[in-house]
Amino acid sequence: MPLGPRELAAGLAAALAGDFTDPAATIVAQLRLPRTLLAASMGAVLALCGAVSQGLFRNPLADPSLIGVTGGATLGAAAAMALGAAALPALPVLTVVSLGAFAGGVAAVLLVYRLATDSTGTSVATMLLAGIAITALAGALVSLFEFYADNTLLRRISLWKMGGLETGSRPEVLLALAVTAVLCVALPRHGSALNALLLGESEAAHLGIRVGRLKAILVAWIALGVGVSVALAGTIAFVGLVVPHVVRLAIGPDHRYLLPGSALAGAVLLLMADTAARLLAPPAEIPVGILTALVGVPFFLSLLRQRARFGMVAA
Amino acid sequence: MSTLLAIQGLSAGWGGCPVLTGIDLELNTGEVLGLLGPNGAGKSTLLRAMAEDLAPLAGSLAFDGRPLADWPPAQRARRVAYLPQASTLAFPFTVHEVVMLGRLPHDAGRRADDALVAAALAWTDTTHLAGRLYTLLSGGEQQRVQLARVLCQLLHRAPEEPLDGRLLLLDEPSAALDLRHQQLLADTVRDLAARGCSVVLSLHDLNLLSSLADRLLVLADGRCRAIDTPAALLTREFLGELFGTGLAVQPHPLKGYPLVFPDA
Repeated sequence: MPLGPRELAAGLAAALAGDFTDPAATIVAQLRLPRTLLAASMGAVLALCGAVSQGLFRNPLADPSLIGVTGGATLGAAAAMALGAAALPALPVLTVVSLGAFAGGVAAVLLVYRLATDSTGTSVATMLLAGIAITALAGALVSLFEFYADNTLLRRISLWKMGGLETGSRPEVLLALAVTAVLCVALPRHGSALNALLLGESEAAHLGIRVGRLKAILVAWIALGVGVSVALAGTIAFVGLVVPHVVRLAIGPDHRYLLPGSALAGAVLLLMADTAARLLAPPAEIPVGILTALVGVPFFLSLLRQRARFGMVAA
Repeated sequence: MSTLLAIQGLSAGWGGCPVLTGIDLELNTGEVLGLLGPNGAGKSTLLRAMAEDLAPLAGSLAFDGRPLADWPPAQRARRVAYLPQASTLAFPFTVHEVVMLGRLPHDAGRRADDALVAAALAWTDTTHLAGRLYTLLSGGEQQRVQLARVLCQLLHRAPEEPLDGRLLLLDEPSAALDLRHQQLLADTVRDLAARGCSVVLSLHDLNLLSSLADRLLVLADGRCRAIDTPAALLTREFLGELFGTGLAVQPHPLKGYPLVFPDA
């Protein structure tokens, strides 16, 4: 049901005052507000985690999905759906599918991190390669679930993979806001250390940074952020890759400004994308993950072609 | 003169396989030590061990009387700075931002940091590049910027302060520099050493090394072949045997330190 700006404002005011006689108040409180908050917070988390991964891998083209979080989470969600999530009662905060996604994402990152760590430390290059391998393995297992799935399950899995923000229930939104708040405080504190890391791990260590500890902390935060976002909103492509890249072109690579800037831009972008997803073909909703990829890819490719103008050199 | 860095029986290398064995060295405050040797002799490995980039396989390194590994990273970073042979920075920081990264271990305050960065830029003749993007510079310019970053890491509060107890490690700092900037590098190293900073550097330019170093440590096949003054070591016989090629040696017409030429 469409609401004009005036009705929206009145509804929001009434809902905040606890007055639900106006149907607009109910629409705002039950549907629009949770969804808006979920979109903004997940956009912020994805862009923030993307910016941190690009710093961690010293590669402006890195993406959180490279270290296996997204693949693992998709596998966890598919497994939860296939193994009868519907039969289990929904848990108070998260559904079984969301829990499966979160567990899968964190498990994949831990595995990748272990694979890349030996007595001499953690190799970021190995982590990237291991992440690609684990993502491929998770993809194969998801396909296996899809192969044995009936039609209903197949559609559920594939819809979930497309990403969407329509399930914004109150506990989910509160969880998203809490995680966003924690990451927005925790990650920018490492801004200067990430700047040093761009010089190289050994150079950062000579500047007094405890590099091993820093990498472990950053990977843990990325796993939490992306794990929760995939659990709540499915896989939303390209926000984590494109947003930090664009913000870096605009304000430079200094992480002390890049991290908050990316969070803000990510929130705005995903909110706009989700609004477009709702409005483009009513009453149907295009899954927002499709939209971000459709818009993100051409934009990103044009940036790739022009990045020399901004001092980005091909690695 | 006091010992700043004491190395005893050091072996170092990768994957448990030593590149260097049995190195002993006492580096004095304000001393310039040159590392000399053919490719693969272990010069970079020794510098990396001194920078604690590489844990020793055997032996010990003590910096200012305390095992190097026991220094908290941030404290060590205020006194030991290391310029690696090659740096890869693919992100478009400005030159000023790159040099300012050298101030990370310190908390001298914004105004002091700005003054120290300005001094480091001036010493490396990069002041005019301050606003440029690092990624768009030439190789030699990038090397000077990295040198500026390392220099301003060693300063605590003022550009002209005494530098006793600080150690500067430079791996091939002149490889990409033109003649003028090689001389500028040499002047800067002499000035730092005169103020008490100890410097260890590897150079392939024997004449620059000869003009700069108080002592030379000659490495061959991962072992210390000799350690002595340039005048004692830079002889036709010794160098010919070390590098396996014919060389001629003559004193510098004005300064008297040995100059080395190919004899062909």
